[in-house]
Order: sequence, then structure tokens, then C-alpha cells
Amino acid sequence: MATELAADIAGVDAVETAPRPSRRFPLQRVWDGLWPKVAAAALMIAAWQIVVWSGWKPDYVLPGPGPVFQRLAQDFGNVNFDLGIAITLRRALVGYAIAVAIGSAAGILVARVAVLRKAIGSAILGLQSMPSIAWFPLAILLFGLNETAIFFVVILGAAPAIAGGLLSGVDHVQPILVRVGHVMGARGLSLYRHVILPAALPSFVGGLKQGWAFAWRSLMAGEIIGIVGHQISLGQQIQFARDFSDAEQLLAIIVVIFVIGVVIDSLFGILDKGIRRRWGLLGAEA
Amino acid sequence: MSNILQLGAGHPHSAESEEHSLSVERLSMSFPHGDRLLVALEGVTLEVEQGELVCIVGASGSGKSTLLNILAGLDQPTSGRGHVHGRVALMFQEAALLPWLTASGNVELALELRGVKRSERRDLARELLGRVHLQGFEKRLPHELSGGMKQRVALARALAQNADVLLMDEPFGALDAITRDRLHEELERIWTETGLTILFVTHNAREAVRLGDRVLVFTSRPGRVGQEVRIDLPRPRSLDSPELAVIAGRITDRLKHEMELINGN
Repeated sequence: MATELAADIAGVDAVETAPRPSRRFPLQRVWDGLWPKVAAAALMIAAWQIVVWSGWKPDYVLPGPGPVFQRLAQDFGNVNFDLGIAITLRRALVGYAIAVAIGSAAGILVARVAVLRKAIGSAILGLQSMPSIAWFPLAILLFGLNETAIFFVVILGAAPAIAGGLLSGVDHVQPILVRVGHVMGARGLSLYRHVILPAALPSFVGGLKQGWAFAWRSLMAGEIIGIVGHQISLGQQIQFARDFSDAEQLLAIIVVIFVIGVVIDSLFGILDKGIRRRWGLLGAEA
Repeated sequence: MSNILQLGAGHPHSAESEEHSLSVERLSMSFPHGDRLLVALEGVTLEVEQGELVCIVGASGSGKSTLLNILAGLDQPTSGRGHVHGRVALMFQEAALLPWLTASGNVELALELRGVKRSERRDLARELLGRVHLQGFEKRLPHELSGGMKQRVALARALAQNADVLLMDEPFGALDAITRDRLHEELERIWTETGLTILFVTHNAREAVRLGDRVLVFTSRPGRVGQEVRIDLPRPRSLDSPELAVIAGRITDRLKHEMELINGN
């Protein structure tokens, strides 16, 4: 009889805690996530069009969305333009990957070693608020006007944010989880692998996201200021467009830069939300 | 059932150790508090025999949790010693499950850290969760479980450590009365099945009398064993039985007296 009662209670618990099944179709859910973005884009384009119609600037300085998107469509057929996107994306990904490696390693090292913690814990915070393009003149002196200088700036922009995210995640692990790990026999690296790093993951992903934003900005600034070799990167093309007063081309490239930023940012958003849901940090809305 | 769980009479240490499973000798613990020392425990001496279920009851601030932390190896005593014979597991008032792991994953991690082979972990975890009546909930995440169910997972996880001694720090303190009652029964059943040695800390005298072979009443500030009460009531006991209430009442009076002494000073 005791077991029956236990089963009854488990039954009540089960009803109380059962995850509500989602009634929507997958396609519907994708649309739910997408339509606010589509609406925002439509609003922006409309506002842009209205400014153009107002006659504030002649349209060879500020062309409307129509000509710009037409130009963009032509641009995609242009090998050099596509190559430029590829060059810039490759720089972004390589620079960001190095920044993730350096930022993560530095974050763990600083979290683990008390002396380092005291010495450079606050320096990392300081670096985060430093506009990394300010390093660019130094980078040119150090490495010359080449890709390495651009990577240097991208890494200095992104790595502190990534290290900072990891560090604050490690700092805010609930002490009781660490104690539980200890009681189960996890020490040192094992404690990091099984308890501390997974617990710090939501904050780490926050740092990754912020690091990406910094990396992307630093890369654009670096590419616009520093014309490197014969490569026709996006930043370089935007600068050329200005030199030739080609406003349509300039705006077309801005649209590309904007869209790349938004797409990658929303990928991070999906990752972030997935992790928060899994970690039980979303609450009832999950 | 699995031979790895050491169920029933086949307890690893039962052959050679008729002796104490847990002993504390003249143990003291003090913390710096502002510019003076706060003495949490002073000269605590106690022993728990193999397979015994002993409850410590005391007011808050009597250093009960400190004692368990020392026994679990999380803290070092200022003087004296606490010794646990064999492996030790500790349960807290919060379930303290790792939120990113499922119920099964939490139990499996304890198995992994104990060195159980990967191929055996899942089945063992299922078996352990079954023993705390959580079959069918293996894949749930902690935030999808109720308070009582979380505490059951924590119990299964503690059992997964295959400890000889289970330390419990007010594990049911945050649960409602019915759930708590149910978990008392389950704990008692598991204790009988496994031959575990249990040291159970609570501030609730009835709970202590319900579960314990013996109840140690802790004095407060500094904490030490003020009184030992042997409970000879037959098991299973009911929280509502008059005999139990009488004994618990006496213990509660003693605790109140202690608190008045502190507040009077």
C-alpha cells in the first residue's frame, strides 16, 4: 500500500511537472522567430525610402533602397565582390577562432591561479572597454601594414570579452555545486570538466557573443583604415566606393555587412537560448 | 539486482569491522568572526556504529552542518578529529543537482567519478532511480522536477557513490509534510536494504525520533552533544504516534531550554 501511495504522489508530481507539449508545427515556429526581424527590416527600408523621397540629399549622394538593391543583385554576379565577402569572412572567422582560443585559455588560467587573478583580473575588464581600433597604429608598427596587423586588432577586440565571460561564469558558479562535486570525488581538472565549466557555460556563451560583435567591428575598422596588399576585402571596397563617390555601391556593401552581422548574431541567440533552456534559466516561458 | 550496488547483507566492511563506522573525538571548530573567534563546535565526541541510523537534532547555529562538512572532508577541524570508516556521501537541504544534466545524468556522473565503466552506468542509474520511485523520469532535467523528486534524485546520486556512510544535512527540511513523510519511508527502506550507516541532521525533534536508532541533542554555541536518547520504538514508526510525540516533546523542551540559556546571556 505504501508503494501505491508513493506511485500516486509520483503521479501528481508528474502532472505538475510535465513539460507542456508544443502544439505548433516546426514551420510555424520558424516563422514566429522570423517575422519580427522581417517586420523590422521592412520598417527600416521604409524609413530609408521616406528620407530619400523627402529630397534631403540628392540621390547620387543618398540613393533609395530600389537602386541599391538592384546594384547589390548585380554585385553578387561580380567575382571580385564575392571574393571580397569571402576574404572578409575568412579574416573574421580565423581572427575570431584565435581570439576564442586565447580568450578561453586566458580565462581559465586567470580563474585558476590566484596571483594572476589579482594581477590581471581587472586588466581584462579594462581591456574590454578599450576600443580595439586604437591598437591599430601600434599593430602597423609591430607587424607592418598586413593581415597580421588586422588579426592583432580583431583578437585584442574579442579575446578580453571572451575571457571576461568565462571568468564571470566561473566566479558565479553556485558554491553548493562545487561542494557536491567535491563530495562526489571530483578534484582539480575533473571538477572543472564536470562541474565548473558546464556551470559557467551560459555566461561563456554571453562572452562569445559579445566577443563576436567586437571582432566584427574591429575587423571593419581595420579593413577600412588599413588597405592591405591587393586583397579586395569588404572594408576596402567600401573605402573605394567612397573614393569614387559611388554611393549605391557604398550602401550595397553596408547592407551586406549589416546582414552578415545580424545573421551571425542570431545564430548566437539560438545557441544562447538553447543553453539557457537546458540549464533551466528561462523559467516559465521555456 | 546488481552486484556492484552491494545490496543487502553483502556490505563491504561488515566482516572485519564490528567497530565504529564513524567516530568523532574531542573535535572543535572555530571561525574568525570580526575581531574575535566564534566557537562553532567544542569538544564534540560521538560514535556511530556500522549500519546504525543516528540523528543529530539541534537549534540553528549549533554547528551541526559544520560537523557534517568536516566529516565529508570539505572542512578541516581546528582541533580533535573526525573519522569516517570507508567512503562517505553527503546530502544537503537543497538537492544541488547539476542543472544541465538529466536525472539519469546526475546519477551517472556520480557513478563515473566512482570509476564505474561507461557501459554499465546507464543501467545502474536506471536501477538506482527506480529504487527512489523515479522510474520513467530518467530523462527529465532538474528544473522539470518537483522539490521532492529532486531530493529523490539527490538520494539516488548519493547511493550511486556506493558510500559506507551517508551524511544528511536537513535533506527534507524544505519539503511539504506529505512528501517528507513519504521520503522518510523510502529512506528507512533503503537503509534496511543496504545496511548503510547514516548520520542525519535535523532541527525537527519529531523527524529525529521518527528515523533514529539514537538521537543526539546538540547544545548551541558552542555546539556539543548535550544528551543522548536511545529510541526503542518499533519500526516503522509513525510521525503521529503518541509515544513518538512524548519523546520528541521532551527533546524539544531540552532544545528550548538551550535557546533560553543563550538568549538569557
